[in-house]
Amino acid sequence: MSLALIELRRRPGRFAAMLAALGFLVVLLLLLGGLLDGLYRGSTGALRAQDADLLVLASQSRDSLLRSVVGPADRRRVAAVPGVRTVRGLGVALVGVTVPGRDEVADGAVLGYEGGVRGVPLPPRPGEAWVDRRLRADGVREGRRLLLGRGRVPVRVRGFVDDTSYLLQGGIWVRLGTWRRVLRQNRPDAALGPRTVQGLAVRVEPGVDPGRVAAAIRRAAGGRLEALTVAAAVDALPGVQAQNSTFRGIISVTLGIAGLVVGLFFALVTLERTVLYGVLKALGASSAQLAVGVATQAVAATLVAFLAGGLVSLGLVALTPADIPVELRADRAVVTFGGLVVAALVGSALSLRRVVRIEPASVIGGA
Amino acid sequence: MASLELIDVRKTYGSGHTEVVALDHATLTVGDDEIVALVGPSGSGKTTLLSIAGGLLSPTSGQVRVGGEDITRYTNRQRTRFRRRRVGFVFQQVNLVPFLTARENLLVMPRIAGRRDRAVLERADRLLAELGLTEQAHQLPATLSGGERQRVAIGRALMNEPALILVDEPTSALDTRLGEQVMQLIVDEVTSRHTAAVIVTHDPRMARFAHRRVEIVDGHLHAPAPA
Ligand SMILES: Nc1ncnc2c1ncn2[C@@H]1O[C@H](COP(=O)(O)OP(=O)(O)O)[C@@H](O)[C@H]1O
Ligand SMILES: [Mg+2]
Repeated sequence: MSLALIELRRRPGRFAAMLAALGFLVVLLLLLGGLLDGLYRGSTGALRAQDADLLVLASQSRDSLLRSVVGPADRRRVAAVPGVRTVRGLGVALVGVTVPGRDEVADGAVLGYEGGVRGVPLPPRPGEAWVDRRLRADGVREGRRLLLGRGRVPVRVRGFVDDTSYLLQGGIWVRLGTWRRVLRQNRPDAALGPRTVQGLAVRVEPGVDPGRVAAAIRRAAGGRLEALTVAAAVDALPGVQAQNSTFRGIISVTLGIAGLVVGLFFALVTLERTVLYGVLKALGASSAQLAVGVATQAVAATLVAFLAGGLVSLGLVALTPADIPVELRADRAVVTFGGLVVAALVGSALSLRRVVRIEPASVIGGA
Repeated sequence: MASLELIDVRKTYGSGHTEVVALDHATLTVGDDEIVALVGPSGSGKTTLLSIAGGLLSPTSGQVRVGGEDITRYTNRQRTRFRRRRVGFVFQQVNLVPFLTARENLLVMPRIAGRRDRAVLERADRLLAELGLTEQAHQLPATLSGGERQRVAIGRALMNEPALILVDEPTSALDTRLGEQVMQLIVDEVTSRHTAAVIVTHDPRMARFAHRRVEIVDGHLHAPAPA
């Protein structure tokens, strides 16, 4: 073990203030990241799950599936565009979900589909639904009945699926006919014709450039349709981009503060260690060795703070009410730790000049 | 052969009207297996001389050779490496690493050099035994007496089998019996491994172990008339 780590282990008290501050920032970072992930995934799951190259919507919808209507004639035109391999209809209705035996109405997103959704089996029989696991918290159970919307359209829960929410409402995946019924009984004014959908999930032939197919679709529909990549459709969801940039901003600032905490701590510690470093230099230690020691302590302290902060975060998330969409994810934890290590290294590097400038002769000098 | 040669060494601190001449026309040769006692009043340049001999400072002018190696124009990096390999320092203030045990403080030397083999562990244990510190080997400096700390510092200085041992006023914290024992250890090191030593001391009991006495006054060296 290096001197730096021995010191950290034998004198943890000296590092307590920094560890506490870092641990607090770790909790902040993990909860912010968890909230960002929860919001993002809860908002976008249904679209991200589309096993498609393009999402075709009405131009007037301003890139929103909710506002879009695509009639059978346009669907035929899209299907006829060269390079298009499959076309699958999509529809969505945001409804209140009544779970028999429960007083509260849950929020659901009824998604009509024709297959081609990752993680969701083929459409169930009429009157059945695959339901996002998110709705379990509202009392939804396999085999039980749900009543969808004000029209109280009954569906039976076939089974659960994951990460298929739309605008933070749990996905309820039904065949298109069931979706149309929900829509008709829920909002008679918005009722759609028997073959009408809201969007088309399009897959292109292998080796064909989706961008060119998208342009051809726009031309074929005379400008009535817009074709987006799935990623673009995800970004176009209300709030998603604003959420992402806001949270990323806060997370970056928090990482900056973590770097500052480490930087200030080691700036102080280096002052305190002037004599020790001078002696070690007099004995033949190089500035590089001492600097590596400082960086080692910074990284090790970050690791300790991260583990402690991670445990606290897990505890806090477990205590969080189910309707707060916070999700702690391993990939986010890894990225957060990486960011903290970089911040800590940059922070500790601020002491580098001071370490280099310590003159052993003046430190060990006279009485 | 000479282990240490200072030839017409001058050292000044500062510049202009704040310039201090700490050492002037200092010429001194210490043979291998020779111990020189350096005596002189406070502020006369003793620490400066040791610092130059040990490669902590570069002389303003003159020449410095240790074990045949001319270190006069060494860069910082070269001097660092030189100290690590060839010099054993006992500083005026005992500066042990506070969070390391006595034994670990000795092992700081091989650690800095990137060595960690059986031989260095054995050497550390043998030095601790010779310094009467076997029982204190696993104690932290804070729990050691002043004399024990000083002995740890001496052990540390001997760890890298130096060509030149430099000791700055060691007696202050050593009681007589142990002081003599420790001096005897340095004498043994010097004679058994052809090492030179310069020891700054006011204590005649220490000086007794030296082969030669050199006086320093106001940065000038004087060999006293033989008694
Ligand atoms: N870093 C320094 N800067 C300026 N003057 C110094 C420095 N170190 C020592 N001196 C001066 O050089 C002279 C010799 O100092 P030093 O070698 O420490 O003497 P000694 O060890 O004999 O007490 C003294 O006048 C001291 O004030
Ligand atoms: Mg001195």
